[in-house]
Amino acid sequence: MFRLLDTAVAQIVIELDGVEVSVPAGVSVAAALLYLDQVPLRHSVVNAAPRAPFCMMGICFECLVEVDGVANQRACQVQVQAGMCVRLQLSPGAGASD
Amino acid sequence: MKAAYQLVVIGAGPAGMAVAQTAARHGIEVAVIDEQADAGGQIYRNVDASPLADIDLLGRDYVFGRQLVQEFKHAAVEYFANAAVWYLDANGEIGIIVDGVHRRISAQRIVIACGAQERPMPFPGWDKAGVMTAGAGQILMKSAGMVPGEAPILAGSGPLLLLLAWQYLRAGVKIRALVDTTQSASRWTAMRHFPKAIAASDYLFKGLQLVTAIRRARVPWLREASNLRAEGDERLRALNFDCRGKPQRIETSLLLLHQGVIPSVQIAAAAGCEASWNDVQQCWQPVVDHWGQSSADNIFVAGDAAGIGGARAAWLGGQLAGLQIAHQLGELEQAQRDRLALPVRNARARHLAIRPFLDSWYRVADSCLVPRDETLACRCEEVSVGEIRALAAMGCSGPNQAKAFTRCGMGPCQGRFCGATMEQIFASETALNPQQIGRFNSRPPLKPVTLGQLACSD
Amino acid sequence: MPLKTSFNFDTVIVGGGLVGAAIACGIASTGSRVAVLDGGDRDFRASRGNFGLIWVQGKGADFPAYARLSGIAARQWAEFSDELCDATGIDVGLQQTGGYDFCLTPEEWEAREWEMRQVAAHTEGEFEYQMLDQRELSKRIPEVSSDLLGASYSSQDGHVNPLYLLRALHQRMHHLAVDYRPAQAVQSSRRQDGEFIVATRDADFHAERVVFCAGLSNQRLCRDLDMHIPVQPLRGQLLITDRVPRFLPAATLQVRQTAEGSLQIGDSHEDVGLDESATLEVITRLARRAVRIFPHLAQVRLNRAWGALRVMTPDGVPIYHRSVEHPGAFAVSCHSGVTLAAFHARQLASWICSDVDDPLMNHFSAARFDV
Repeated sequence: MFRLLDTAVAQIVIELDGVEVSVPAGVSVAAALLYLDQVPLRHSVVNAAPRAPFCMMGICFECLVEVDGVANQRACQVQVQAGMCVRLQLSPGAGASD
Repeated sequence: MKAAYQLVVIGAGPAGMAVAQTAARHGIEVAVIDEQADAGGQIYRNVDASPLADIDLLGRDYVFGRQLVQEFKHAAVEYFANAAVWYLDANGEIGIIVDGVHRRISAQRIVIACGAQERPMPFPGWDKAGVMTAGAGQILMKSAGMVPGEAPILAGSGPLLLLLAWQYLRAGVKIRALVDTTQSASRWTAMRHFPKAIAASDYLFKGLQLVTAIRRARVPWLREASNLRAEGDERLRALNFDCRGKPQRIETSLLLLHQGVIPSVQIAAAAGCEASWNDVQQCWQPVVDHWGQSSADNIFVAGDAAGIGGARAAWLGGQLAGLQIAHQLGELEQAQRDRLALPVRNARARHLAIRPFLDSWYRVADSCLVPRDETLACRCEEVSVGEIRALAAMGCSGPNQAKAFTRCGMGPCQGRFCGATMEQIFASETALNPQQIGRFNSRPPLKPVTLGQLACSD
Repeated sequence: MPLKTSFNFDTVIVGGGLVGAAIACGIASTGSRVAVLDGGDRDFRASRGNFGLIWVQGKGADFPAYARLSGIAARQWAEFSDELCDATGIDVGLQQTGGYDFCLTPEEWEAREWEMRQVAAHTEGEFEYQMLDQRELSKRIPEVSSDLLGASYSSQDGHVNPLYLLRALHQRMHHLAVDYRPAQAVQSSRRQDGEFIVATRDADFHAERVVFCAGLSNQRLCRDLDMHIPVQPLRGQLLITDRVPRFLPAATLQVRQTAEGSLQIGDSHEDVGLDESATLEVITRLARRAVRIFPHLAQVRLNRAWGALRVMTPDGVPIYHRSVEHPGAFAVSCHSGVTLAAFHARQLASWICSDVDDPLMNHFSAARFDV
């Protein structure tokens, strides 16, 4: 969904739902997931609606992911680190909502 | 981190940096607490450590922030990055999470300089994956050097939307459309303030530059848009809207919204500071005197957190708060304080001269404030506008009772994106204004904190 | 001086919280024309600080009638919840699978055991309880800390969502054509020409009967009609967490798991006057105790913390007062608006509407404070 203006930026490797992926170094986990076009990123707790980052400044709580075993972290407030384990909070078999 | 300071400043944007530096210059012991990894707030985010090869891309106003941030880093203040304030009360007790650890500190004076947020712009489908704020687009550019992969739609109203369009065009990003909800009726009312705005002619000129660039790039500019509806299943597929009454539909997977900025009032409200309703800007602002002192003796509010005025006015307003605090703590005599304050006040007045014109021109359309029944009022708890409206019509006493009855505002964002909507629904159902209805309550924690972190506090 | 608007009703109820709304529903269902005059959106509202417990254990250890009353009230709850749901479509989330009150120290254990025995005696064995040690307790709630002493348990206890209960009562009032008026704080009341006149800023409300359920304002308001209703504020702070996978099989006095899955943490008591704020001190203390009882909660995020003022009578037992000097005037004050909700909507409402002398009710008259 988003691309780097400068493609020569250094990349690091993180784990996303058990799969190794390459993302730009020094960006937030939310930015990295948008770079990977991981949209939707989460399913909402009440109706399992597909959600993705909204405000990028830490106040909307849409970009919640599990980082290194701790759930409900705001991905826009966590910077990617090499070897980081990110797990998405998607509901299994959640239907599409329109 | 010490247990007590003379002055604690919450926020390291232009206002917070200015307060801290000014107070420190007069010998006050200052700690600055900021949530981000680097100083600059949102407006100057990453300006001193940009991932962009050329930060001129973002414009001169942004680049100006670099010297402010660099000066700040040389000031005699204790600056704590990655630190979030989750609790503040009128006694000067502050709860902070620094590097995952809960710390309690106290201060004789506290300055809330936590800036602003974008006004929520709810409409059917605004919660879909692929709908973000214009501010989010700017943050991605400033902090990650990233821009949209496909042509986005920019929708809403306000100078920041035009600024983003201009920055994207400079970065080579194609814009699918600018869906402009600004009402033409506002323009006539705004012209009343035009003479005063001449005093801030450089702002007017900048505005003209943005508009010219957008026109020259032939971005489809769809004016007087209304009745926005986002369409899509797993992610956004298209935006439907009316343009001057005619139905339109434009396909896109990325929609960036903006409907102006409003002060972030949660911290001041939780600390018990009085607020008043600004009817032109349609938002709450803390009641402050001309130095920034709130209704609480020991709490000041500076910058956009006290009222939207922009980065330069915030920088200057922060200096005024710093001077007054230095005076109140006995380090600066009244005459000297006033002598130093005078040029700052004058400069600030010049930067604020554009505001009445801008606020009037970009006054948010009523339809954007009170959306259709099927819209989600509360994204976190998924409560619809219709449910709130039905309660208001039944005589429910106000937004706090509505929150109790529906869970609207009980999610993690704690009403940042729905409190305003609830107040507006009650206002339109009862023909009272939000000041008469009563404000949506603000509760700690102001930022996330775990039971374990609280349990291990010092 | 402009003439004030006048309204006429059979019954005026002052206060639209859990107590006033329940009584309004009860009285309105007899066909009486009822008005409820409620405070504003930001007033002290004890209903918003209620923990949601239906709690019998420990109540009335030194007041036998109260011990009996609590039992009577709790046993009606299931039926009351069904009725409310049928009438309004609102599910108040009743779970009545018993309640636990944790003991953290040997002193607490001893004091608790004494209380339980007293209540059992006062109710002639109707009240049943168990004192559970750590081993027994952990069979029922595995997540409990290994160094916790134990807990008292009573099967009649339970919990509901107090906010949904209030919403359901308001919805029921609406269906019963109760005239609900928010932001109509009462300024004064008087008896004149055989009727009561309750004055707000905007209007005068005339009625044959007036029931004061105005929480902490009751003392001041009831003076106008020569009723002495002593109530004092007692602050309680509450924490709510994010949603957590379900682990609690029943309510506990210290931590309860809501129907949505979030945890409510409470049970603090502070004498601080009319100050509702949540404090750093108590927030951290409540968090510490919760983690002490359930260590696995350390990672759980606090969603919000707030304080509310309980309405406390001098002996902690409800006041159900029928005026002798001014027949038709009543005052109701209590801090257990949830436990007693069914009773308030049924037997209490009947008692208010009738002239009958009820020996159980006499125990709760405010005259007991006139020494």
